[in-house]
Amino acid sequence: MNGNDILPALPEIVLLAGACALMITDLFVKDERRAVSFALAQSVLLACAAATTFVLWGTGGRLVYTFHGLFVADVLSHVLKLAAYVSVAAALVYSRRYLLDRGLLKGEFLTLLLFSLLGMMVMMSANSFLSLYLGLELLSLCLYAMVALNRDSAQSVEAAMKYFVLGALASGLLLYGMSMIYGATGTLTITEVAKQVALLSRDSTQHTFLVFGLVFLVAGLAFKLGVVPFHMWIPDVYQGAPTAVTLVIGTAPKLAAFAMAIRLLVNGLLDLAADWQQMLAILAVLSMAIGNLAAIAQTNLKRMLAYSTIAHMGFMLLGLLSGVVGGNWLNAADAYAASMFYVVTYVAMSLGAFGMLLLLSSKGFECEQLEDLKGLNRRSPWTAFIMLVLMFSLAGVPPTAGFYAKLSVLSAVVNAGQVWLAVVAVVFSLIGAFYYLRIVKLMYFDEPKDITPVAGDTEFRVLLSANGMALLVFGILPQPLMTLCFVAIKSL
Amino acid sequence: MVNFETVVFYVFAAILLGSALRVITARNPVHAALYLVLAFFTAAAIWLLLRAEFLAITLVLVYVGAVMVLFLFVVMMLDINLERMREGFWRTLPLGLAVGILMAFEMAVVLYDRWQGLARAPKVPAADYSNTKELGRLIYTEYAYAFELAAVILLVAIIAAIALTLRRRKDSRSQDPSEQVKARRADRVRLVSMPADKDG
Repeated sequence: MNGNDILPALPEIVLLAGACALMITDLFVKDERRAVSFALAQSVLLACAAATTFVLWGTGGRLVYTFHGLFVADVLSHVLKLAAYVSVAAALVYSRRYLLDRGLLKGEFLTLLLFSLLGMMVMMSANSFLSLYLGLELLSLCLYAMVALNRDSAQSVEAAMKYFVLGALASGLLLYGMSMIYGATGTLTITEVAKQVALLSRDSTQHTFLVFGLVFLVAGLAFKLGVVPFHMWIPDVYQGAPTAVTLVIGTAPKLAAFAMAIRLLVNGLLDLAADWQQMLAILAVLSMAIGNLAAIAQTNLKRMLAYSTIAHMGFMLLGLLSGVVGGNWLNAADAYAASMFYVVTYVAMSLGAFGMLLLLSSKGFECEQLEDLKGLNRRSPWTAFIMLVLMFSLAGVPPTAGFYAKLSVLSAVVNAGQVWLAVVAVVFSLIGAFYYLRIVKLMYFDEPKDITPVAGDTEFRVLLSANGMALLVFGILPQPLMTLCFVAIKSL
Repeated sequence: MVNFETVVFYVFAAILLGSALRVITARNPVHAALYLVLAFFTAAAIWLLLRAEFLAITLVLVYVGAVMVLFLFVVMMLDINLERMREGFWRTLPLGLAVGILMAFEMAVVLYDRWQGLARAPKVPAADYSNTKELGRLIYTEYAYAFELAAVILLVAIIAAIALTLRRRKDSRSQDPSEQVKARRADRVRLVSMPADKDG
């Protein structure tokens, strides 16, 4: 192994070194000077972005396998990694004041956040069941600990416990599926699995084992994405975790889960598409139905956004399941690119929505009930407008990015000839629009309980405004991002 | 064709499943822990059948020898109210059993008389073949990346465990040796000049 073999993993190496440096440095930083650790975390992210750009430039976007096939560097992984850096950096800025007020802005939070990012990056670049699973465990372990970080809150500890137990169960299902596929193909490397699967005939013994393993694989995947019927942990964890941690869970890990779906199903088992597309269709329809209907009944904002996540992930699956029609995958790149566009814009919307909750929370006050948003327009018209854009985007109202994301996924579904799925998706999106628009109504037409203007640091407010504006810009000019997604999917 | 190895495998597999079942159904946590020891031990025996002797010995040494003994200590020291813990168990047992049996049945139907095609005995290695050496070679070459990742996961586990349990309590009394060594007479003793007592 020489330098060229290690080079594609430069971002991971930089991040690991940076996270360790942060951990050691933070030991010598006093509580009142925590800004040093905070700046260090941001600069590590910046260095990672530079490293990824360097690798992208160095490889010219070619497919590079290294570490004996455990690691792959392609445009998809680079794009998703860059999106993850932006998301984590924004999460840091959004959550700083909130964590500071609650005495949670410690080195542990920053270190765990960086290590969770490392887990996501490993998943995005995984070319083997082994590295995929290790990345997933690295990510999950950090998230479990972060949910429980506020140890004095019984609700947080309970949420962490549920997350941990259910997460372990899902990992077990996933591993069982992987072991079955290993048994049938004799390899853990995803590209090798794809070659072996293509050679097998449909009625061989191995094929039965493959489909058998696939069921468990999809179940594990569904848990990590949080789609019905593997969604039970999402509302409790979103509600129980400190809002800053909910923000982290609800954003960048979705990119990693998307990468995991692409690596497992598209890279590895595309020849079984007829089998897994049916499973995804059931998951998608159930998620959109239960996610949207249950969200209407919520009065807690975090819980409502949790159910909205379930519905959105269901919608995202629609793109993944309309790639292959009758053994013909001409449509596939468009469909998967639509899904990728959807998940990236969803992460941006989710960042903004939870960021808004963090902005409106203050020392000793958690903004998490619907009525906390009443009359926001009277308190701060600009903040209310940003929230309006976020809600419109989540609901899929033009001209926001959420609308274009939904449109491109729906057109992929219709192109695949699944018109009934598209109809179901539109109906449930309309039902879902109700609870997003209810928030708009509360902000603009109800009387506020208190009329103190919204406080908040300047950089926080600027970034949140930029976040909201980005959704408008990507809604009006979606082509650059869409092209990027298409190029990324094409690089597989 | 049933040879001796197959018979031994099925005996061990039956013991393994039986003891694993007892781990989750045993009423007494100490018994459950002991059944877990048995399960680990039988798994190690099955690995021996597959000629993975290094893994088998590691499993016995690390899990049975170290982890489970620690675990037993903890279980014995905790004061657990068993009846409270099991309240929900018997109520949900029928449903859980039904779902479990149904799943096992479905899996059996899918896989029935298909398994023969996959049953391949491991190749008998040469006499001078060293399992340990091969594992070491693979871990540090082909699986170096995965090995490093496993190390990072352990690091995260340490950080998480410390972050979640370490608390500076105000009422705990601990000694700080460096403070003790640095102590000087002037910090501790103060000479006070007092007027002499005339009536003494």
